[in-house]
Amino acid sequence: MATRAIDFGPERVDEPPHLAAARARAYAMPLDAIDVLDPELWRTDTHWPYFERLRDADPVHYHADGRFGPYWSITRYADIMAVDTDHVRFSSDAHLGGITAKDMDQDFILPMFIAMDPPKHDVQRKAVSGIVSPGNLAHLEGLIRERAQAIFDGLPVGETFDWVDRVSIELTTQMLATLFDFPWDDRRLLTYWSDKATADETVPGNPTKEERQNIMLECLMYFTRLWNERVNAPTPGNDLVSMLAHNPATRDMVPMEYLGNLLLLIVGGNDTTRNSITGGLTFMAANPAEWAKLRANPALIESTVSEIIRYQTPLAHMRRTALVDVNLGGRTIRKGDRVVMWYVSGNRDERVVAEPDRFWIDRPKVRQHLSFGFGIHRCVGNRLAELQLKIVWQEILKRYPRGIEIMGEPGRVPSAFVKGYTSLPVRIPA
Amino acid sequence: MAKITYIAADGSARTLDVPDGESLMEAAVADGVPGIDGDCGGNCACATCHVHVDPAWLAAAGEKSTMETAMLDFADGVTADSRLACQIIASLALDGMVVRTPASQH
Repeated sequence: MATRAIDFGPERVDEPPHLAAARARAYAMPLDAIDVLDPELWRTDTHWPYFERLRDADPVHYHADGRFGPYWSITRYADIMAVDTDHVRFSSDAHLGGITAKDMDQDFILPMFIAMDPPKHDVQRKAVSGIVSPGNLAHLEGLIRERAQAIFDGLPVGETFDWVDRVSIELTTQMLATLFDFPWDDRRLLTYWSDKATADETVPGNPTKEERQNIMLECLMYFTRLWNERVNAPTPGNDLVSMLAHNPATRDMVPMEYLGNLLLLIVGGNDTTRNSITGGLTFMAANPAEWAKLRANPALIESTVSEIIRYQTPLAHMRRTALVDVNLGGRTIRKGDRVVMWYVSGNRDERVVAEPDRFWIDRPKVRQHLSFGFGIHRCVGNRLAELQLKIVWQEILKRYPRGIEIMGEPGRVPSAFVKGYTSLPVRIPA
Repeated sequence: MAKITYIAADGSARTLDVPDGESLMEAAVADGVPGIDGDCGGNCACATCHVHVDPAWLAAAGEKSTMETAMLDFADGVTADSRLACQIIASLALDGMVVRTPASQH
């Protein structure tokens, strides 16, 4: 693996003022004072220089005073790969805290297969993986395209609107409603549950823990009705609820387990693709040469999609809990320690990714990003995500040869987990 | 060195000289063999280099590790002759091996 000379430090040319100021702060503070879980770094998109410094100076870093307790930050690509593929020594179990830096509420455990270890993980994952198999996706492609076209047909021309609400949320929510065969007019409930499920109560403006748990129980009640309607159907429907209700591996789930797996599918099928749809638009607008390249050669759409997913990294991290002492990068991670794999950092690791901060739609090894994770917890819906993004960009290419204008700064989610956008004002040129 | 023949989903075949020690995934990706992605770069961690090994060569290809077996759950259309090409390392013993690649891994 090529190592490059590190020319990073407290200054870099051509950097916008907010990042330059963050860089100065990131390099001035003691390493031990860095807290990359600070939601403010994510709301202001200023986490980058902190990770750059950690990758260089202390790639397996112990934060003794993390906001959710002590934790390790793993920031280099190769170390993240090592942890992610070692499910024997690094657990995802909800009862040990689960898969986010913030522990799952231990008084409100939501068992879901992403937060389980083998063997239970394997059978539950298999119960739903069929819906996103290549065969089923081929069957869904026409429907996704029709719905995307209807959304684009309805967009105003020559006036500013919110891309997040009108396109990113609408498209991914429709998709999710289709997969669940969810009552169509209620579909924005899925968006609402998705947003609340991952909202950290320590961030001002978010629901309290109790409010969040009550919202999740409303979700459970709604879906319990759908389950009851479908569980006795003589021919099981080809939707996720029917699949869970009829599969021997999942049909006897207790209610909290049903809710856990629903939320996994709702968040996994919603937040991530939504934010990659929004991010992609901002990246393309900021890189007109790449947009020109794509217009000249639409065959680059597939690699463009992978590059968008790398560049956005819609889930900034995944967490594990060490089951034994592990030596990594010269440090000793102790049994029971919380280990955070920063995909967002590994995807910008200069040691592995050429010109990592450049948005480059035909970069070499474009599919080798960390955004889907690696190992047995790799994203089950990755093919569906790629398909949705491909369709979005095919439609944009077809309809808007002059591109889409960005009319202001995007609003960003104050979360070190869901790396996303709350709003993005745009205009389609008249 | 081993001559490995990759047969694509459309029936077209391509034979590569794969140096000893190199995986069948690496050789395929370097040569643009259709139907092999190798998203994880050969870490047995993504199951996007799924191939069907010709039954005559299955034994020569060696035993699957538990990780490979776990990851094969991710691939589509897995059968008894399924392997991950990144876990099959070329050597003289594999000279002449035939594998079939799926239409797409993603």
